[in-house]
Formats: sequence, C-alpha cells, structure tokens
Amino acid sequence: MRVTNKSGLHARPAALFVREARKFQSAIKVRKAGKEADAKSIVHLLTLGVSQGDEIELEVDGADEEEALGALVELIKAGLGDE
Amino acid sequence: MEEFSGIAASPGVAIGPALIYRRPALEGVKGAASGPASAELAKLDEALQRSRADLEQIKERAERELGASEAAIYDAHLLILDDPPIWEEVRARIAGGLSAPEAVRAVADHYAARFRELEDEYLRERGADLLDVADRVLRHLLGLAGPGLGALTDPVVVVARDLSPSETVTLDRTKVLALVTETGGPTSHASIVARALGIPAVVGVRDILSRIENGKELLVDGDAGRVVLEPDAREREAVAKREQEIRERQKEEAREAELPAQTLDGERVKLVANIGHPAESEAACRYGAEGVGLYRTEFLFMGRPAPPDEEEQYAAYATVVKRMAGRRVIIRTLDVGGDKPLAYLAMGAEANPFLGLRGLRLSLENPALFKVQLRALWRASHHGPLGVMFPMVSSLEEVELARRLLTEARDELRKEGVAVGSAVEVGVMIETPAAALMAAELAERVDFLSIGTNDLTQYTMAADRLNERVSHLYQPLHPAVLRLIRFVVEGAHRAGKWVGVCGELAGDPLATPLLLGLGLDELSMSPTFLPAVKRMVRSVRMAQARELAAAVLRSRTAEEVRQRLALRRA
Repeated sequence: MRVTNKSGLHARPAALFVREARKFQSAIKVRKAGKEADAKSIVHLLTLGVSQGDEIELEVDGADEEEALGALVELIKAGLGDE
Repeated sequence: MEEFSGIAASPGVAIGPALIYRRPALEGVKGAASGPASAELAKLDEALQRSRADLEQIKERAERELGASEAAIYDAHLLILDDPPIWEEVRARIAGGLSAPEAVRAVADHYAARFRELEDEYLRERGADLLDVADRVLRHLLGLAGPGLGALTDPVVVVARDLSPSETVTLDRTKVLALVTETGGPTSHASIVARALGIPAVVGVRDILSRIENGKELLVDGDAGRVVLEPDAREREAVAKREQEIRERQKEEAREAELPAQTLDGERVKLVANIGHPAESEAACRYGAEGVGLYRTEFLFMGRPAPPDEEEQYAAYATVVKRMAGRRVIIRTLDVGGDKPLAYLAMGAEANPFLGLRGLRLSLENPALFKVQLRALWRASHHGPLGVMFPMVSSLEEVELARRLLTEARDELRKEGVAVGSAVEVGVMIETPAAALMAAELAERVDFLSIGTNDLTQYTMAADRLNERVSHLYQPLHPAVLRLIRFVVEGAHRAGKWVGVCGELAGDPLATPLLLGLGLDELSMSPTFLPAVKRMVRSVRMAQARELAAAVLRSRTAEEVRQRLALRRA
C-alpha cells in the first residue's frame, strides 16, 4: 500500500504506528524497496526511511494477524495523525 | 587540603560540595570490566530500568515547565528504550561475549550509521535520539550517572571535563555555586556563560576529576584561578572576608554606574552590555550600561526539541527592550553552527564546522526559521530603539539578502495590522577577514558595524581557541588583528557609520586605551566588566590613547603590544 500522509513515516507518525503495532501479538514486518523492518521497532522503522508516496508492504503473522493488519492499514489510510 | 590551579574565568568566590559531571567516554566503554554473560544481562536490565525512571521524571518536568509539545522528545526516547528488536540485538551480542557497555555501544553505532545513510535529512537527524538514549543507558552501566545539571536539589560546585553549549543551557542557575572544568579557556562557552550568570568559574584545571570525589568540599576562587579541596579554617575565613569585600565593591560600582564614560579630555565613548538572556538586562542596568550592544539569541534556541515560535521570541526580545527603557538594544540573529547543533535543524556532519554553515549562512539556508525571528524582532521594535545585527558575514550579497527578508517581514506584519517600530537599525558583525577588508562597502549598506574580536581573532590567526595546542596563537592583541580593527574603523567612519567592538577584548581594561585610540565608538561587554572599563576610560586622555594606538599598530608581535600596553599602565 502507499503511504500518503504529508511527512511519510517521520518521528511522530512512526511512533503512532509502532504503538499500534505493539498492541498485537503477531509478528509484523514492514518492507520497502527490498528492505525489511520490525513494525514494533521505532529504530527499524525510522531507518527504513519511508517518505510520502513510498510504496510499503505489510506482513503480519500470528494469532491476531487479521485484526492487526486491519488496524494498521486503517491508521495509514487515516494519514497517521497528520493534519 | 589540596590546591589546584587553573585559569580565572569568572570572578567571585564560593565554597560548596563537589558534583562531578561526566559524559560517558568510549574509552570507558572499552575498558569496562566484563563479567559472565548472565551478570552482564542483569546489569543491562537494571540500566534500562534506571534509564526509564530518569526519562519519565524528565518528561514529567518538561511537561510541567515547558508544555506537552516540548516533552514529546522524551516520548521518542522512551519508545527507543522499549524497542524490543534493538535490545534483543544487544542481548545477543552479550551472549556472544561482549560486555554490556560494549554491546550497547556496538548496536547503537550500527544503527546510527544506518540513520546517517538515509536520504531524508529530517529522518537522518533522528539518529541523535538513538545515541542520546544509548548514552543514558551507558551512563548507568558505567556507574557515571549523577543527577543531571538541570535537576539539582542542593547547591553544588559543578566539576566537569568540559561543558557543551547545550549542557550549559540546562544548568540550574539557582543551584550552581561555582563551575570548574578541566579544559577550556577564558573564551570557551562555559566561561562566557558563567560570567554572564555571575557564577565564579575556574577553567583549564588539569586532572582535577581524578583527584576529587562527589560531595567533597571545594573552594573556587574565580579571581585567582584557584580551586582548593577541603579548605581549612584559614581559607574559609579568607573567603568570608572576600565575600564581604565583594559586597562592598559592588556598592562602590553601583555609585560609579551613574558617572559618564568620558575621557579626561572630554571625549565620550558608549559603554554597553553583552547579554545572553533577558534576565541579564537587570545586570546591564545595575552596572550602568548605556544600552545592549549584543543580545545573543542562541540560548533561546538551544537545548530544546523545537524552535521557539514568534510569540516566545517576541516576549524575550520585548522584555529586554522594555527593561532598557529607551536605551538601544542590538539583537544578533541566530548564531549557531556545527559546534552548537540544534536538535530540530538538520545541519549534517561537517568536517570544518567553523568554516561551515553557521551564523547568517545558516539563517539564509532556513528562511522560514529566519523569518520568524525577523518578525519577532520587528514586533519588539515597537517598544523601543532596536538594532538587528547579522553574524558571520563574509560577503555583501549575504547582507543584501538578509535585508530583503527583513523588509519582507516588516511588510507582512504591516499588512496583518500588527504593530511594529518605525525603523530598526541594521548592522553587520565583522568576524571574518573578508568582512573586515570590505568594511567600507558593507558600512555603506548598513547603519553600523560591530567587531566580534573572538571570531575575528580565530579566523585571522587561523587558530582554534579551544585547541590547547594552538591556543597560544589565538591572540586578540596580535598586530594582525589590531590592524584589521583599525581598517574596519576607518572604513565605517568613511561611510559615516558608527563602529563598535562586542568581543571579549572590549571587556579588558588593559585594552581600553588602545580601543579608544583606534577610534571605536562603542564597547560592548559582559555587564560585570563595565565598571572597570569605565574607570579606565575616565582615567585616560584621548590624545594619548591615539598616540598609544599608533605605536601599537607598528608592533611586530602580540608580546610587543602587551608590553606597550603594560608600560602605559605603569
């Protein structure tokens, strides 16, 4: 899916994303251009360097995978807290 | 009792318990004793817990004192502290045989390098947060964690290797009795801040950290450059007497503050104050300053996660303008560079920060940030005479560009119906040999010039004042520097503009007759130096000062200059 908010995964949106991801037990991976990050790691996510318009891929694996995927996709669509 | 000697950096005396302030050094990490992996893992967990407790406390304090948006950076730090994969990696490295500090350092450095590779400049800067958190954990691991300088509960004498600008900013000024550092000289940042705040300080005290302990009583004599560990009764008595003398001297100075700065043959020179914080305008008035010749605005911008907005800046500038009640206040626009980085301004690593993006160059690169400051300055000018001064200028084009933005800021405000002064004076700081040599041309485009002797000396002599191995070449009284000053004065006067000095040299009474003789119209210095300099002005004849200056300009070395100046005094 495409990250459409203004600042991409900058500190504040990334923090929001990580906090959401940490609510779930499933292992969650974010991929961009062949690189992979653990969605529960703020350091991983920031060093992935996601800017506005970047295409990212989510992979969720675990007991609550469907809920987790739904919540994260929803969050990105809603603009990750950007006004 | 043991005595240490150093450089007298800020006058006054104080006695109090030592507080050793250290940053963890890589050396400490390498030498850290390593136990079995299980013990190292336990140490790591404890350090993480303590770091979390620290951060929660700091965050709470920041929220209370600075507001939620300012506290957000500590949320980011907490998020990193709870980052599962990162600390898993640290644990894996410990299992592989590294000590806990080595493992933290290795993982932090690995990710810091990843941050540096990012294309997005803003994201790249976030690596600083990771390193900050790693430093905090390391401090706990290495047993170096003391209370931070901003959260002192009892009055202490702070002893450190050196203090960075951001550390000095967080100093709790009500609790620091005196400052002692192992490195640095009279113009290092810690010294300047100590003088500005009226805290006694001795710098360049070699090896003191290894010979004292936290809580041990220290006597700091900022006039003699002495530090005494566990002073005896005789020393204590002497301090009590000195404190009494200082109080009396202050009374005398208050009386002298009323007298005009005028030579024996009736020539006036303007004596004004350098300040770095609105509160210091009090001291400026107390010591009889005829205005503010340099208000450094950096302190407003440093040690915080986001820049001050227009309202906050306006409030600070207006406070000073109102307090000076009709006396002119010259405010220098943001003057930072790679040596004083700001968390929210991506500056990028520079091999030569002193020759890099700093002062006006940085402001012109960040016009949005610059515009906020210019707007705040215009709004403050509504309350009294105000001058705007641009730092670190090397070409006329930079000044033209800055002037254009200044005009834009005024037009915007007028259009919005916001009250601004009818005019502000515009000045350029002369700190580079290029600006000095183009002084006449620059003066034609502005209202005044102000010579920053610290930087002018550094750039003319090509010697870093903080590098102990070359600091002997850093000589503000070198004939090369003095000839440039003379050249600047001539250029400014030819263009019909006034010219001042706002570097440390202006506060040195020994140099006062020389500066008068060179033709300076204004001397701007730390408020505490005003009485001594005024006394000197009132004791010389301008005719003699001019002769002295002419003789000094013919000198071949700084030593010859000093001899001529000392001779005059004798």
